[in-house]
Amino acid sequence: MILNLLLGPDPALLGTPQMSESPFSLLPAASTNAQELDNVYLFITALCAISFVILIGAQIYFMVKYKKPASGHRKTSPLTHSGKLEFWWSFIPAVLLIGLFAWGETLYMKMVAPPDDALQIRVTGQKWFWTVEYPDSGAKLTDEIIIPINVPVKLTLTSNDVIHSFYIPVFRQKKDAVPGRYTNMWFEATKVGVYPLFCAEYCGDQHSSMIGTAKVVSMEDFEAAIEEASRIVQLPNEPLPDYGARVFAKRGCESCHSVDGTTKTGPSLKGKYGAQETLADGSTVTIDDNYIRESLMEPNAKIVQGFAPQMPSFTGQLTDEQIVGLIEYIKSLK
Amino acid sequence: MSQQPATQDSHSSEEPNFYRAKSGLMSWLFTVDHKRLGVMYLASVLLFFFVAGFLAIALRTELFTPAQDFVSAATYNQLFTLHGAIMTFLFIIPATPGALGNILLPLMLGAKDVAFPRLNLLSFWIYSVAAVMLLCTLLLGGLDTGWTFYTPYSVHTGSAAGLAALGVFVAGFSSILTGLNFVVTVHRMRAPGQSWDRMPLFVWAIYATAVIQILATPVLAITVLLVAVERFLGIGIFDPAMGGDPVLFQHFFWFYSHPAVYIMILPGFGIISELVTVHSRKHIFGYKAIALSSVAIAIISFIVWGHHLFVSGQSELIGVIFSFLTFAVAVPTAIKVFSWVATLYGGSIVYNTPMWYALMFLWTFTIGGLTGLYLATISVDVHLHDTYFVVAHFHYVMMGGLAISFVGGLFHWWPKITGRFYNEALGKLSALLVFIGFNVTFGTQFFLGHQGMPRRYFAYLPEYTTMHQISTIGSWILALGLVIAGISLAMALRKSAPKAGPNPWNAMSLEWQTASPPIEHNFHDTPHVTCSPYDFPEIDKSGGGHH
Ligand code: HEC
Ligand code: HEM
Ligand SMILES: [Cu+2]
Ligand SMILES: [Cu+2]
Repeated sequence: MILNLLLGPDPALLGTPQMSESPFSLLPAASTNAQELDNVYLFITALCAISFVILIGAQIYFMVKYKKPASGHRKTSPLTHSGKLEFWWSFIPAVLLIGLFAWGETLYMKMVAPPDDALQIRVTGQKWFWTVEYPDSGAKLTDEIIIPINVPVKLTLTSNDVIHSFYIPVFRQKKDAVPGRYTNMWFEATKVGVYPLFCAEYCGDQHSSMIGTAKVVSMEDFEAAIEEASRIVQLPNEPLPDYGARVFAKRGCESCHSVDGTTKTGPSLKGKYGAQETLADGSTVTIDDNYIRESLMEPNAKIVQGFAPQMPSFTGQLTDEQIVGLIEYIKSLK
Repeated sequence: MSQQPATQDSHSSEEPNFYRAKSGLMSWLFTVDHKRLGVMYLASVLLFFFVAGFLAIALRTELFTPAQDFVSAATYNQLFTLHGAIMTFLFIIPATPGALGNILLPLMLGAKDVAFPRLNLLSFWIYSVAAVMLLCTLLLGGLDTGWTFYTPYSVHTGSAAGLAALGVFVAGFSSILTGLNFVVTVHRMRAPGQSWDRMPLFVWAIYATAVIQILATPVLAITVLLVAVERFLGIGIFDPAMGGDPVLFQHFFWFYSHPAVYIMILPGFGIISELVTVHSRKHIFGYKAIALSSVAIAIISFIVWGHHLFVSGQSELIGVIFSFLTFAVAVPTAIKVFSWVATLYGGSIVYNTPMWYALMFLWTFTIGGLTGLYLATISVDVHLHDTYFVVAHFHYVMMGGLAISFVGGLFHWWPKITGRFYNEALGKLSALLVFIGFNVTFGTQFFLGHQGMPRRYFAYLPEYTTMHQISTIGSWILALGLVIAGISLAMALRKSAPKAGPNPWNAMSLEWQTASPPIEHNFHDTPHVTCSPYDFPEIDKSGGGHH
């Protein structure tokens, strides 16, 4: 959503660093379990590479050695089976696979069992942004999760509409956010930095833009960092339209509404204030303060012609101050 | 493999082949001849392969740059949905059983037709109706759920998901009827002397496939029907907003779709078993192990569906059990690959186009299978699930396994089907280009996936650009290779192409013991089977090896 559709996601805007130096190297590992997961990954890679070389090596050797002679055929081997060989090539892979299963399973058990004292954070997916809430401070962030380093963190995930999946590659963790139920995920970050956060379960038009950032900070900076990121109060001397613009960006309006006339999932809001809008039932309304307020609180009360009822309700999520800011911002979009 | 009536050639000059036996459009549309039905299936699946391949190139072209530029977001989503749905439901699932299976199964069994020829016609018509329904979703404004139709998205999306679900439901019936027909045919119609252990492995594979089709497809049918019921009647089954359970859908869906993965790949295994033996003049290594491992895979495939739900919030214990069972499938699969490679040992290998495709399969399928181990390892799958690693893995098994063996099989049986030879030089060129193009397209995606690139994204972070661009260029090479394969095959349709004769590969199985193309009733006299289909004259019998 922070992503400008036409330009593609701009890493500078997102503040995400390179995922890794080269596509062939491993991703940075920034959680306690990530390193061990990479070890399993490398082990499987070694196992596969060896098997592949043996198997394809044998194939190529046979291909060269047993090529048909220039004229006629040579007599071919009458071999049809070999009990011994067949036993060993079933038995050895079976043993290796059981070992691999066991290692994968042990690590998995660590990855899904959060310590009791983990810091609790609630995450809600919605087309097409993530809302991150800190129950302790009541702070709310959009498309950004801030976590203290070296502290186990437990997320409780859910969704307001369809299934999304919360994926932070550098932590090697992913979990579906399912509407109507809660799922959990935990990790303990080990490296300060800003990392990409993706939605990994297809959720509609802007699935590709449902990306954000995971910011790992030191424990001392933690409170201040969420304070700062969640604050969408009007700054002293800040003009209302500018304040509205910040709310517009932080509350995910951008993922559906452009301000330059291009149509996304919702209508562009450029030059809309005071104009006539044709609704799905053919009637018309004038876009004024009340209409905008209603669009935010009960978006499905009036549906704009040519659009699907995709807009989520913001009841209880915006303060009056913020709504006024938004209205002034929309007014200013000439 | 059998006492071939020596009079056969003089006969075939008198009796017209099955194309000539009747004429007129009706003689095709209402035919009950398994070969004509097979040819119609073949034409349809090739058409769909082309259409879906075309969509794939559009997808890859969009992904050439990180920004969204070539197609819109909504279009991209419809493109990957249609690409996936057409490839799966209209190409891969019906391709080998419907086209090659129909044409070859009765021939390989020495039968005059399948057990229920009229039912066979019905299957084809049901398939056609389903195809039309799926294509109609295009006109209706498109389908954007992905081929997996996950709820609740598919319940809400204002697109043609309902119609598509019904289309898949209808296609399921065609699968079930074909499966039923083949099972009965294999049990009842084998030529005298063709005991179970003298059946070609292609027949074994089609048989195992048919069993899965009968057992698994009803579950899919019920699932998509429930989605349709939910959409049209508003009864909450999967949608939490109406009191349903969205994850239940995933269980239902994968309960079918994982076995379906084997509906797709087992026939490919069958093709490879034939190609590897005939063109290396060797008895297949480990006939019993190959045949029985197909059956083992068929059974285990029913109890691994949960590996698609490792991060869905299902219980951890269940996840671990599914991880274990998934590893269990790897063993019979590995046995097969080892046996094919061992078959090459001591052979006299002919390098023609079908053999090149078979050898390519060993490479691509092995990579597909090995990368499955990463995904079966539950903790690693948490990271790789729904990333490009999975896209690469399933293309290596589906395209590298089945599509490539299908193309190889086409080249191999093309002389039988058309009576003439394809163009060998172009055929080999196509194999080379497909090999390079395929590995460049999908090999790169393992790296993307490991770097965290999620699937079903039309725009991506710039650090993924290089790999995506290499992949897109690979897809163009791949497409070129496939087009050249098509040209090579099409050249056999010219009057001037060299005639193949009944048995150009000197193969032993029954389909080669009759005219090319076969006569309407397949054989003049019922063939008698006296030995294994892999008992080639070149095999050195003096050494006292096993027989
Ligand atoms: C998930 C996509 C989505 C998000 C997020 C979203 N909207 Fe909307 N919005 C829509 C759609 C679709 C419509 C048109 C259909 C309708 O009237 O409900 C719409 C309509 C509107 C309208 C009426 C426009 C007109 O032309 O009549 C306004 C005003 C509006 N939205 C403001 C906002 C604001 C402010 C936010 C952020 C707080 C926001 N929207 C967030 C999708 C969205
Ligand atoms: C011609 C070569 C092919 C190319 C270049 C290609 C390319 C692609 C691309 C780009 C995607 C979308 C990935 C994403 O955005 O997540 C995709 C998805 C898919 N492809 Fe292919 N593909 C090819 C052949 C095949 C074949 C032969 C099959 C099946 C047998 C197949 C089955 C699928 C399926 C099932 C999906 C998933 C669709 C979904 O996510 O719903 N593809 N392919
Ligand atoms: Cu998503
Ligand atoms: Cu599966």
